Amino acid sequence: MSELLEIADRIAAQARPGEQVEAYVSRGTETSVRVYRGEVEQFTSAQSEGVGVRIIRDGRTGFAYAGTLDSGVLNEVLADARDNVTFGTPDEYAALASPDGVAVRPQSLWDERLEQCSTEDKVRLALDLERMTLAGDPRIRVDSADYADGAGEAAVVTSTGIRSSGRENGCYVSVSTLADENGETMTGFGFAVGRDPFALDSAKAAKEAVERATRLLGAGKPASRRTTVVLDPYVTAQFLGVISSTVNGEAVAKGRSLFKDRLGDLVASPLITLVDDPTDSRAYTATEVDGEGLAARRNLIVEGGRLNQFVHSSYSARRVGTVSTGNAVRGGFRGSPGCGCMAMQLVPGNRSPEELIASVDDGVLIQMVQGLHSGVNPVSGDFSTGASGLTIRNGSLAEPVREFTIASTLQRMLMDVAALGNDLEWLPMRATGLSMVIHDVTVSGT
Amino acid sequence: MADPFIDPDVVSRVLAGAVGTGAEFAEVYAEDRRVTGLSLDDGKVEQVSSGRDRGAGIRVVNGETTGFAYTADLSEAGLLAAARAAASAAAGGQGGVRNVGLVQSPAHIVSPISVYPDTIAKATKVEMLLRANDAARSGNPAIVQVSAGIGDSRRRIMVANTDGLLAGDEQVRVNFRVSAVASGDTGMQTGVRSIGGTIGFELFDQHDVSDLARGAAEQALTKLRARPAPSGSMPVVIKCGTGGVLFHEACGHGLEADLVSKGASVYAGRRGELVASPLITLVDDGTMSGEWGAIGIDDEGHPSQRNVLIENGVLTEYMWDFLRARKEGRPQSGNGRRQSYMHLPMVRMTNTFVLNGTEEPDEIIRATDQGVYVAQLGGGSVDTASGDFVFGMVEAYLIENGQITEPLREGNLIGNGPQVLQDIDLLGNDFAMGSPGTCGKDGQGVPVGDGQPTLRVRALTVGGTAA
Repeated sequence: MSELLEIADRIAAQARPGEQVEAYVSRGTETSVRVYRGEVEQFTSAQSEGVGVRIIRDGRTGFAYAGTLDSGVLNEVLADARDNVTFGTPDEYAALASPDGVAVRPQSLWDERLEQCSTEDKVRLALDLERMTLAGDPRIRVDSADYADGAGEAAVVTSTGIRSSGRENGCYVSVSTLADENGETMTGFGFAVGRDPFALDSAKAAKEAVERATRLLGAGKPASRRTTVVLDPYVTAQFLGVISSTVNGEAVAKGRSLFKDRLGDLVASPLITLVDDPTDSRAYTATEVDGEGLAARRNLIVEGGRLNQFVHSSYSARRVGTVSTGNAVRGGFRGSPGCGCMAMQLVPGNRSPEELIASVDDGVLIQMVQGLHSGVNPVSGDFSTGASGLTIRNGSLAEPVREFTIASTLQRMLMDVAALGNDLEWLPMRATGLSMVIHDVTVSGT
Repeated sequence: MADPFIDPDVVSRVLAGAVGTGAEFAEVYAEDRRVTGLSLDDGKVEQVSSGRDRGAGIRVVNGETTGFAYTADLSEAGLLAAARAAASAAAGGQGGVRNVGLVQSPAHIVSPISVYPDTIAKATKVEMLLRANDAARSGNPAIVQVSAGIGDSRRRIMVANTDGLLAGDEQVRVNFRVSAVASGDTGMQTGVRSIGGTIGFELFDQHDVSDLARGAAEQALTKLRARPAPSGSMPVVIKCGTGGVLFHEACGHGLEADLVSKGASVYAGRRGELVASPLITLVDDGTMSGEWGAIGIDDEGHPSQRNVLIENGVLTEYMWDFLRARKEGRPQSGNGRRQSYMHLPMVRMTNTFVLNGTEEPDEIIRATDQGVYVAQLGGGSVDTASGDFVFGMVEAYLIENGQITEPLREGNLIGNGPQVLQDIDLLGNDFAMGSPGTCGKDGQGVPVGDGQPTLRVRALTVGGTAA
């Protein structure tokens, strides 16, 4: 760890007068095991490292990276970034973050039990998952069962006084399934995520993978109509992922958010209270510092349906005359930080998913959506996605349906939320899930 | 160009080390990739960036098990350490010493480069971005935001294996994209244009960035007038060169041998059967010079080739990688690809397209009473086991009484692959390749191209909100 900080220190120390220099240095290891029919099909074990250097001078920004920490290459990367900086357009708001006095909230992002997990144990976890899944239903085949883990450490140092570092590890198991009946095949998946491999809930992953595939067997197309949908927690989390770009401070500053002039307005049902809280260690994307090295913090985005704030990096904050909310996000050493939500969470309702379904006369439980990246436009708000799930009739789950779309606009869907479940679920995404009931969505089937 | 950038003697010793524990096959894949990218947003060239990744992935196959390790350390010691890690991951078998003699394959150059992008001054690229920004905004006060990007990459690869193969390739790619946001009484709308190829800077001899920018602005402005898309099942006409993704999703993935052999494809066991309208001949062709998905060799060292997958509606062949071909005794097809040295290869498409039919495109529209005309499709995805797929309409219009009428708001189209292939009832004579794409599979992205003539699908489900 101190080694990475030292490398980053050495780079940032080379800042020339008039230059701001940021060095982001990281190193990681990963293991992945895929089993098929009781045998190891693939086993990957690898290490990677790299450095990204950002330089700002006269309002211009240059960036360069290399996938190595060879001492000979580090100076080349700095020189490349320095060359790149000459070509940008001056931007009065361009600058690196500076320390803002917000204290880091320490979190437990490292689990020694993962370090101690042997190769044999990892293979066994994947094999056990495959076996449990196959045992769940005679119609089930397993396409692949995986165990994977990663451990990484990173340091960011700037000539403006930022100096932070951290490390974390994590692991998951996942399984994808095929269910066959009457010449038709349906797919499913299940997963479990954590930091302690021995605490992963493989049984639940297996059960969900079996259920998702088998309950779609025999599905037909639903009738086209406007109706009520109940989103499965996993689908809700994906929906929140779309919403995140509408509260992104950079999109707001550049006029690309449909909520850009709506601070303080009622933009959602009063049932909706949405926070972005990467300081909650239970979140998969929990972190102590953001991509610029500022302390991560809890931000209240929507309170009782009212838009309370946007999330900001130091750049987007400067543009709109506010301060960073600790929301610079960074994908690794190959890129410079952008702005975004980090760990969204809806404040849960008080009814179980079963009670929510019982409250719906006519509707569809949406188990899976397909094509969120192609049919949703967060700038215009148009929302249309492929879906599969189960019919809800008179408060009970009925026949399965697939090959249909659900459509509305993001603006309307947020207002049309009629109930939230109490089934908060932690997922390997930037958002948590829970069951959500939305009225008046267009279903296109037959 | 095809010169190995690691000494072949070193590679031989590394391969020998990799099979030293008795594995039957080992492979070294080395890659040296340099990228440059410039992005413009909000009227400013926000960032100029460049990067380099260099490393090797070593694969060891032992029975049904593949061990894999990668490293950024290309020294002999670094490579041997990775070889040992991969070998122990594929553990088992008897130890032994094998000598590996390598035979250099002749270079297979499908996309000769005239102007290497790294010879173009960054200032020139900056000027192109600013020109696109000006063109999109010029005379269009409703255009409130423009972003643009220009990127290029130069990727050298080297593949060697214990069968004695030693092959290399250089893949140079250039891409440009521009998007515009228009604002009006109905809210905001977006427009986008992108081009790219396995080509040098001569790409811009054929394309003017100002034209592309005006196209993106025009699309955003048009969509301001758009009404909600209809919902339900109806005829859909797809403009040439904008809908190849339909075939990529609807059947391309299902013809990948890894999915087929695990029984995860609706096309498993159907070779020789009529699986599509007899109008359809579907080809995957990595040799298409200059196209975004073109490659000289695949990432297992096999030369790219043209593969006819469906001929006059009959399924003729799947696409293969090394492992699946070896297991099932089939020839490799040049479709073993990977995102980088940090990834294992698998079966992937290159440039996938449908050959011309005979209809005039105007006639196809005239022959359609009521339906939707899609002028640009967006991304898509497929469930290969059921064949259900979905893709987005970026620009679409209503067809009424054989005429293209009003623009429609965005939405998804949904269908079932095998069904849609049967339902293509009119095929145009105006074949064109589409925009560059990135195909994602199992967490890996690779550049792919697609193409098709104007065509009509008798019935697709349009996922709009209008009744």
